[in-house]
Amino acid sequence: MFTATRLNRRSYRTESVAKAVFCLMTVVLVIPVLLIVGTLVVKGAPAISWEFLFTAPTDNMTAGGIFPALIGTVWLVVVALLASVPVGVAAAVYLSEYAPDNLLTRTINLAIINLAGVPSIVHALFGFGAFVLFFDMGPSILAASLTLAVMTLPVVIVATRESLQAVPQAFREACWNMGATRWQTIRKVVLPNSISGILTGVILEVSRTAGETAPIMFTGATAFVAFLPGGVLDQTMAMSYHLYYIATQATDVPEELTFGVALVLIAIVLAMNAVSIAFRVYLRGLKKW
Amino acid sequence: MAWYVDRVARVLVFAGGISAIVFIVGIFVFITKEGLDFVLGPLSLGEFFTSIAWRPTSNNPTYGALALIVGTASVTGFAMLLSVPLSLGAALFIAEFATGRTRETLKVLVEMLAAIPSVVWGFIGMSIMNPLIIRTFDVPVGLNVLNAGLILGLMAAPIMTTIAEDALKAVPDTYREAAEALGATRWEVIVKVVIPASRNGLLAAVLLGVGRGFGETMAVLMASGHAINLPTSPFDSVRALTATIAAELGDTVKGGAHWGSLFTLGILLFVVTFVINLTADIVVRGIRKK
Repeated sequence: MFTATRLNRRSYRTESVAKAVFCLMTVVLVIPVLLIVGTLVVKGAPAISWEFLFTAPTDNMTAGGIFPALIGTVWLVVVALLASVPVGVAAAVYLSEYAPDNLLTRTINLAIINLAGVPSIVHALFGFGAFVLFFDMGPSILAASLTLAVMTLPVVIVATRESLQAVPQAFREACWNMGATRWQTIRKVVLPNSISGILTGVILEVSRTAGETAPIMFTGATAFVAFLPGGVLDQTMAMSYHLYYIATQATDVPEELTFGVALVLIAIVLAMNAVSIAFRVYLRGLKKW
Repeated sequence: MAWYVDRVARVLVFAGGISAIVFIVGIFVFITKEGLDFVLGPLSLGEFFTSIAWRPTSNNPTYGALALIVGTASVTGFAMLLSVPLSLGAALFIAEFATGRTRETLKVLVEMLAAIPSVVWGFIGMSIMNPLIIRTFDVPVGLNVLNAGLILGLMAAPIMTTIAEDALKAVPDTYREAAEALGATRWEVIVKVVIPASRNGLLAAVLLGVGRGFGETMAVLMASGHAINLPTSPFDSVRALTATIAAELGDTVKGGAHWGSLFTLGILLFVVTFVINLTADIVVRGIRKK
């Protein structure tokens, strides 16, 4: 009674073929990651040294290190975070704790999707028109960082909203029943219970911000400055723009050097991403509710 | 006092909430403001959409964007040929077949793929793919539609895979169980139940992937060859809308016609991605209603 009929056998064969094909497709998709990282490590590793990390480029970018670009990227990321995290967290708190299901909320959600979907070069045009020219900041760390902040705002909003919504409704109700106001509940109960999820989102944003090139090309990044930035109104070098510059504009740059810059950039970005992922997995293990 | 603070907090949080709207409107206003003089002045829509002569710096400047539009379309189209089937296949495998550790590992790898910065992709296109294409296909130039398309395909794949996987996960397990109880195999469940039920989500995933490819800048600038050209084969170099802005904005005179023409390309990019995202949103909302 339970022997397989020909039809059974055929459908099981179809199933294993389908599984194998889909598995292969997935592998084809993820293999490039390993290949790329592998190639960058093999070709870039010889260039990496303490001197490479801690000195400035010399001889028209054909020798020397990347120190000013590294520091510049840190400046850009920190200023961008200072601007976008408070706004992003406030937006997420509104959407998760206050927003009724109405037209305005739907419009906000649509705006967030669009902010994430607008091409990076359009963000660059906006940053140039708004921050550099209209608000008269000139090409500067401030203008570049604000452009980056607007661009990566959706990352913070989405991650924060998710972790706020993961806090059980019963926690809020318990707090309201003690006579707390809505804001007291958010500050003392909701935010402390979701702070680690918010951090995960912020780390992810660091990774995104550090790798972006187009938005900073015209708003504050420059090919070479001999000194480190002294304030937010200075122009600065940045890792991503440095890679673009020595790969396309500068001449006679040794291959090893370019691969070294690419390796450091991807190491920063992937390390930040890995921290964010590890943090998330760790938090899932901690969940008390 | 507490109620006073509550009131203030509500206002501040609301201000944060509408910031996304403010910024998206701000983007449109500022790029339109800079592009308006050009749109009302030297722009001829006929020339813009039908001529391939993009010569903004010549003495007798012409602003034909057709080659740029075709360049963007050909690279994005090529990328989608590669990445739509791969991403949907990968999403099906991750959501329906893979389990436990395999599943988590694959998801992390897809996330890593999404994290690689576009300038690094562009660099890979120039330094690794370029010589590889020249050697493999015996062509003179390796910076072309093929190169940029392959790279763009890999860049757009993670977003499509993630959203498609979410759409597949959103199909209730009771649907699957009901089909399995009728004797359907995994494969039959997927084809006859899961895919039809998640059709809209999968379509939205593809749309957002197209939007991602369409707007990509640095990788396309570096890997496409950046030559104004109507491509007839994947081995032709092309130039994209985004890349043109990135390459030329630094050399323009503020407020001049060339400057305005680049902002006009920006308006075009903004409007097209806005429509793509809006459509994807409406398509997704379609499922929720059901």
